[in-house]
Amino acid sequence: MTALLTLEGITKTYPGVIANADISFQIQPGEIHALLGENGAGKSTLVKTIYGLVRPDRGSMRLNGAPFAPSEPRAARAAGVAMVFQHFSLFEALSVAENVGLGMESPPPMRDLAQRIRDVSQTYGLPLDPGRRVGDLSAGERQRVEIVRCLLQDPRLLIMDEPTSVLTPQEAEVLFATLRKLSAEGAAILYISHKLDEIRALCEAATILRGGRVVGQCDPRETSAADLAERMVGTQITASQARPSALGAALLTVTDLSLLPATQFGTALRQISLEVRAGEILGIGGVAGNGQDELLGALSGERLSALGTVTLGGQDLSRAGPDARRRAGLLAAPEERLGHAAAPDMSLTENAALTGVSRKGLARRGFLRWGAARSFAQEVIDRFDVRTPGAGATARSLSGGNLQKFVIGREVLQAPRVLVVNQPTWGVDAAAAAAIRQALMDLAAGGAGVVVISQDLDELLAVSDRFTALNEGRLSPPRPASEMTVDRIGLMLGGAGDLEPAHV
Amino acid sequence: MDLSVISPTLLIASLMVAATPILLAAIGEMVVEKAGVLNLGVEGMMIMGAVMGFIAAHETGGVWLGFAAAALAGAVMALLFGVLTQFLLSNQVATGLALTLFGLGLSALLGQGYVGIKVDSLARLDMGVLSDLPFVGRVVFSHDPMVYVSLALCLGVWAFLRFSRAGLILRAVGESHDAAHALGYNVRRVRLLAIAFGGACAGLGGAYLSLVRVPQWTDGMTAGAGWIALAIVVFASWRAERVLIGAYLFGGIAVLQLNLQTAGARIPVEVLSAAPYLMTILVLVLISRRAGRAGQAPADLGKPFHPAS
Repeated sequence: MTALLTLEGITKTYPGVIANADISFQIQPGEIHALLGENGAGKSTLVKTIYGLVRPDRGSMRLNGAPFAPSEPRAARAAGVAMVFQHFSLFEALSVAENVGLGMESPPPMRDLAQRIRDVSQTYGLPLDPGRRVGDLSAGERQRVEIVRCLLQDPRLLIMDEPTSVLTPQEAEVLFATLRKLSAEGAAILYISHKLDEIRALCEAATILRGGRVVGQCDPRETSAADLAERMVGTQITASQARPSALGAALLTVTDLSLLPATQFGTALRQISLEVRAGEILGIGGVAGNGQDELLGALSGERLSALGTVTLGGQDLSRAGPDARRRAGLLAAPEERLGHAAAPDMSLTENAALTGVSRKGLARRGFLRWGAARSFAQEVIDRFDVRTPGAGATARSLSGGNLQKFVIGREVLQAPRVLVVNQPTWGVDAAAAAAIRQALMDLAAGGAGVVVISQDLDELLAVSDRFTALNEGRLSPPRPASEMTVDRIGLMLGGAGDLEPAHV
Repeated sequence: MDLSVISPTLLIASLMVAATPILLAAIGEMVVEKAGVLNLGVEGMMIMGAVMGFIAAHETGGVWLGFAAAALAGAVMALLFGVLTQFLLSNQVATGLALTLFGLGLSALLGQGYVGIKVDSLARLDMGVLSDLPFVGRVVFSHDPMVYVSLALCLGVWAFLRFSRAGLILRAVGESHDAAHALGYNVRRVRLLAIAFGGACAGLGGAYLSLVRVPQWTDGMTAGAGWIALAIVVFASWRAERVLIGAYLFGGIAVLQLNLQTAGARIPVEVLSAAPYLMTILVLVLISRRAGRAGQAPADLGKPFHPAS
């Protein structure tokens, strides 16, 4: 049997990043094939290549034995490749039928299309009303629109990019049933996810990416979740150096914190309790979308919580806004550098003043002290080796790594009592990442408490004293990092923490 | 006050003539905004159409050549805006305002030798028996051809946006340029075409003023008609049939208040002059309030589009 899709040596580099390096694998007809990897492993770039949105620098693809090099999504669709996107491909003000029609090459007239949408949605158990406005649909229904759009074109290969990240468990079950039915009818599915349980339940083959390379292939049904996690993370996890740390008194205490999500795609926080002591780094792992942003928001003061849930050194900050928390010594650096941690079109001086104004005394009687702000920005630039023409440069003009060093440095130099960071080294090159981690460890050694929220397990194991994982808005009980093994982490992350297998 | 001097037949007939320039400009701008582009240069494109149309008609003696030149001039002005905003990513609001100022200045320069001259205007169509019908004949069947062109354009735009695939793609680009791009549509090409169409319509509207309604050239003769067109698009919540209602309502009250002034109504002239603006806004606000969410602006209206990678 010839393979449906064969990839040979696909390579794609962006300035400073190798997104895909020499990737080769095959997908058989009717196979549900998992593409597995951490964030930044190169999964998205690879599927965009297959769908014609990205052109590879080197390498070739064959579809059913014939050379396949789509120059645009239209060509990929014509060849029988369809893709369900994670975001950005629906038009809210248009109806379901119009949305479906836009994704098809030569759609039938609207009335026929509406009938075909009803037929297909009946056949696959995906109820949809073609006349409804997409803006009024739930996340799960929106995904159905995308899937139906793909199904109407009789795809031979269906690419699903993290399809369950916006679904409730019940909706996910419906989706799996649909995918199995499709596969039984002969369509191949390339399924991207990092939820291990899901992949073990659904997929027949898996290709694991790490750092843009294929690091393994396996049958996920016959491989344990722990084994998959180990391959995904890599075996070279460096056990954390037992830092000689004299832990002090509890600084930040979070008690029974529950918050409803702020947006419909958000995750609810459920009864989170944690404690950070002076001199300690608490690592919080977890797959994106399990409540990381919400937790950071609840700690930084962007979202207020019930009285008594967030206290710093005995002072209740639950109802205090970000600036009050900063004055009290609880600082935060969010994940999104441009637009959340920094204002993209403002200078580094202005960005330094934005968070440093109260702790560094950069304002007097309501007027900014620009001289002081400039020297604070310059201090951050010097101490953290931020490569930039000067403090007058806009935040947008800095590379990701340099801006991240600036954003973290800006908080570290304000001498926080507790610093919360989310994804401190996401998309940052190795040297800058090491510098940022060192700064966080130095901060803890100086007696501050640090909370590191990250998806990078190597990083968490390298810096944390204690480790815990966020899963669907719940925090697992923290364990000392020195006791952690890759097996245990894999199970904690996959949300299978309750079902520990006997051999652990 | 003697209301008997106001003839309903003539009133309706002349309101259609008064509304046509605004209707042409507004229907064009609606297409542009449906594609997600906010072009505030309607006034500038209209006045360029007015002057170029007048010059062409005067030099060649052909009124239709004048209209063709006006459409071309409007489209060229619009493409200037298009290149600046779509390729050089300049700010749409600032660029549109600049286009208006540019058009007003350039038209005054070009039109210097043409002030006070008359040209041959479009004759009213004579549809034989139909035009001789009482009331209906004068109101519906004996206008100049451009009135019918503007109505046909309005109907055409409505059908294009509602029924054609190209119209669906245009609306999709205005709703979410990122999604349209991800599906493989050429966002810039769609927007440039829409911008050029909007400019041509505005140019026709301007030429209707200088070739039919007045018909001669004076500096700044559009006198805010472009801004009224812009406002009508918004208050008509981006729907062709409401643009038609809005334009005719404005034209109607503008003509009525002139008639009232000549009839000697005891209402201050200032209030009468302001009436068309106030009434149009009031009525369209009431309509769009009832329309609810269906009457929302295109989601990506005025946002710059950077094609990623």
